[in-house]
Amino acid sequence: MSADMHPFDISWFQLAAAAALVLVALALSLWQRLGLEKGLVVGAMRATVQLVAVGYLLVWLFEVDRWYLVLAVLAVMVIVATFTAARRQSKSSGERRSIVPIAGLAILAGAGLTLVYVTTVIVHVTPWYNPRYLIPLFGMIVANSMNAAALALERLQSEMEARRGEVEAYLALGATPGQACAEATRRATVAAMIPAVNALAVVGVVSLPGMMTGQILAGADPALAVRYQLVVMFMLTAATAITAAITVQAYRRTFFTPAAQLKPRAPA
Amino acid sequence: MSAAEAPASAPAGSSPAFRLRDVRQVHGARTLLDGITLDLPRGGFTALIGPSGAGKTSLLRLLNRLDDPVSGTIEFHGRPLSDYRIRELRCRVGFVFQAPVMFTGTVRDNLRAAHGLARAEVAPVDETRVAELLDLAGLDLSYADRQAADLSGGEKHRVSIARALTTNPEVLLLDEPTAALDPEVADRLLHTLANLRETTGITMIMVTHRLREARVGATYVVMLEAGRIVEAGDARKIMQDATHPRTREFLQAGEGDAR
Repeated sequence: MSADMHPFDISWFQLAAAAALVLVALALSLWQRLGLEKGLVVGAMRATVQLVAVGYLLVWLFEVDRWYLVLAVLAVMVIVATFTAARRQSKSSGERRSIVPIAGLAILAGAGLTLVYVTTVIVHVTPWYNPRYLIPLFGMIVANSMNAAALALERLQSEMEARRGEVEAYLALGATPGQACAEATRRATVAAMIPAVNALAVVGVVSLPGMMTGQILAGADPALAVRYQLVVMFMLTAATAITAAITVQAYRRTFFTPAAQLKPRAPA
Repeated sequence: MSAAEAPASAPAGSSPAFRLRDVRQVHGARTLLDGITLDLPRGGFTALIGPSGAGKTSLLRLLNRLDDPVSGTIEFHGRPLSDYRIRELRCRVGFVFQAPVMFTGTVRDNLRAAHGLARAEVAPVDETRVAELLDLAGLDLSYADRQAADLSGGEKHRVSIARALTTNPEVLLLDEPTAALDPEVADRLLHTLANLRETTGITMIMVTHRLREARVGATYVVMLEAGRIVEAGDARKIMQDATHPRTREFLQAGEGDAR
């Protein structure tokens, strides 16, 4: 981004005027009795507080310019994403103990490997920890990995539940656990990857990605913004694939005993 | 019966197929099997009978290690089950489930599945073998190309029996294979199983709550109730002259459906 192109400034007053747009949704909710008023108001306030806080955090991080602080922020992102992905899936504390490490490993590997590749091979970030690049890139990657992990966990769990008979029929014929649940793992991996595949197909036609739009609004050359966006799309695809594969392969193991037995359902 | 006592009437002659000693199984806080000590004969047709919830299926599932007991020992042909590689054990001890599960594809695909899963242990299933397996299960050759998912309940049972035979098992475990079938179809299936025993000499152990099925062809009967063995022994003896009052009650109550 060149320095002579200044994006149009948004003052606090103008921001407040923009918030009035939420009133449209609020009015609809009241009129149609959707019961969404509380969610909208709380959501709008949370979004404001969170983003403003993150804004100041980023300003501070850019100023102090310390590699360990950047890594700490990335770690917090992975941790929050891990618990968010695992939360929906784990009803008991026992399940949480097995699911959290799986989601954590899958998100860390999927997002981490992708970030390293993008910042070393493609964008040549200097210094290597430059927060202006690492934090926004990693944020996008982690969010995608988190969704992939959550989808994979949820789908594998329901497939394994629905396919208990099939899995045991395979085991009884001498199948390994991996063979016995091959259809379940395949479907769970597909389910986790579908959003990424669909996003590739519709980008630019149905959706104009927020990052690219933002860069253009901020004065960047649209052609460069497009190339950045393509890098982002490809990196999200890779992160999704790695996270989905690790989640499914690790999570499926938790359904079996070492003696290739399907664990019984939790007693009621 | 205490664990230290002799097993419930050890069959005379040959060594047993399975030897269970003080086997306990639980699910959560519930006791499913409460100290089972039992020898199951090699060869012949053993019927596991008893009211529902007696632990019949829980017991059957231990024999090819679909589950492991929480305590006690089980031997197959004189060696502890844990001595066998799990794949070898499951190939030698086949299992037919109460609700047949068809794999995707044709009946032939189903019969070829086991070889695809374990190429070292399971011989390839050629067309001759497909015909032979279908015949043993009482299906004609035209079934080979049918989509397995489209078959009727009784036909699916036959395919799952044929599929269990693809690994050349010495023992076939059957978990109430007729439970969901109407009486006529069930009768034909039992007839097929009797033919299968005659042709192959395979050891069959079948869970059933239909007494009639135990009467037709069973050589050995184990009566279970509340996770314990009430009585076990030669089928003719138990059917005609059960020593235990609970067995007699169960047999008499079952006369109604004995047609």
